Amino acid sequence: MTLRIGPRTSQIIAYTILLLMTVITVLVLLFIIFYVLKNGVGQLTLEFLTDKTREMGREGGILPSILGTIFITVVAILIATPLGVGSAVYLVEYTRGGPVRRIISFGADCLAGVPSIIFGLFGFIFFVITMNLGWSILSGGLTLAVMILPTIIRTTEEAIKSVPHTYREISYSLGGGKLDTILRVVLPTALPGILTGVILGVGRAVGETAAVIFTAGSSLGLPTSVFSSTRTLAVHFYILAREGLSMPKAYGTAAVLIIIILAINFVAYRLMHRFIARYY
Amino acid sequence: MSKISIKDLNLYYGQHQALKAINLEVEKNEILSVIGPANSGKSSLLRVLNRLYEIDYARVNGEVLLDETSIFQIAINDLRRRIGLIFATPVVLPGSVYKNLSYGPKLHNRYSKTELDALVNNALRSANLWDEVADRLEDSAARLSGGQQQRLCIARTLAMRPEVIMMDEPCSGLDPISTAKIEATMLKLKKEYTFVLVTNNTKQAARVSDRTAFFYMGELVEIGPTQKLFTSPAEKRTNDYIRGRFG
Repeated sequence: MTLRIGPRTSQIIAYTILLLMTVITVLVLLFIIFYVLKNGVGQLTLEFLTDKTREMGREGGILPSILGTIFITVVAILIATPLGVGSAVYLVEYTRGGPVRRIISFGADCLAGVPSIIFGLFGFIFFVITMNLGWSILSGGLTLAVMILPTIIRTTEEAIKSVPHTYREISYSLGGGKLDTILRVVLPTALPGILTGVILGVGRAVGETAAVIFTAGSSLGLPTSVFSSTRTLAVHFYILAREGLSMPKAYGTAAVLIIIILAINFVAYRLMHRFIARYY
Repeated sequence: MSKISIKDLNLYYGQHQALKAINLEVEKNEILSVIGPANSGKSSLLRVLNRLYEIDYARVNGEVLLDETSIFQIAINDLRRRIGLIFATPVVLPGSVYKNLSYGPKLHNRYSKTELDALVNNALRSANLWDEVADRLEDSAARLSGGQQQRLCIARTLAMRPEVIMMDEPCSGLDPISTAKIEATMLKLKKEYTFVLVTNNTKQAARVSDRTAFFYMGELVEIGPTQKLFTSPAEKRTNDYIRGRFG
């Protein structure tokens, strides 16, 4: 006797399995966020957010780390975005999809998969030692820029490639040159995609530990310039937890980190939707 | 003197020859229809006239004159301003109706806001679209209907004050009412512009054009007054095509 499953039953089974997979994924994510927030929210007082760090983090707040994280991320994004977008424009619009583009794209893909601690080591040797920038926001930002560059290049490349060819034809047929077409038609159309790449980059930069601990150091002072050494939130959290300095403060820091990342994503998606609603 | 004069024109996409030794004159203020089955070279012809074939990396030899000057001697952005091209599928650029219309003029000249407004206004009126979009200039152009989008594309070309307007099957995706509006627009604009109309719709060619050219496999088979070409074509291939025996 053979067991036969009707099309209706197999539909139900497939639906149930797929739904279950989705539910598991979402639950894991929600559990992590909930767990960290549950343990950390109690720490979130105004003092914790605005006070200097004292006693290696056992006492006081995390203001220096919040500022350090913001500054390093801003430096990284300011450097990586123009470089990444520029490279992607070159690859898509100027190489005609030849071997140059394939080799560079392949290289970018490989770089995207390199563990961040390798970037940290590279940043330490190159930016901190060779270029003599020391442990600083600048060294950390440059290292993170190199690290997130592949992500920005690849997402921008895909975004530019997905701009319909007809848009370019229209622009050319109206007498637009290549640069006019890229600046006025291609890039604005690709902007939501480019922004997605930048947001991914910000996410990686904000949460990065290994690449910055070697390059920005772990100083707890308030940063005064791009040459100040600083300790990012992720590094601060790592040190608090690993050295057993203060678990409550560690969870508080983690909660702040998660809230910042959620806020960045939320704002970026709102901006993107407003942009799309206006132009499409 | 012809508006456009094509002499011994050949076009190659790699090994494939898309146009073979074409000789053709386009007279000022006429509507010239170009008909023929798929792959006959109709669209390729248009892409040569405004040198859009260059972005396809195609090769050309022969001569094309616009007002007695070789198009290969004219600066490319100026050539494309003077010879506008309307595509088969209306493609509006992302952004508002106004932005679509001002895109072309802004590429060529520094206009003041008042001048741009006037250009946009005139172009929309000429394209018979003003009444429908007058209060929607800042709306996204993508929200217009298909027929409105195609007239927007015509207006976008008109805003550049071209001399020749080429249309590549402009009504292929449109309903009869939109088609009628576009044909009416063409007939109205004929006094000021020269039209080259590629169409798959032989009835449309018969309705609007002064002369018709029949292309087949990259060759110009026959050209003549529309009336004559449709009633008593000289060539058997032309006759077969317009009687619907192939293509």
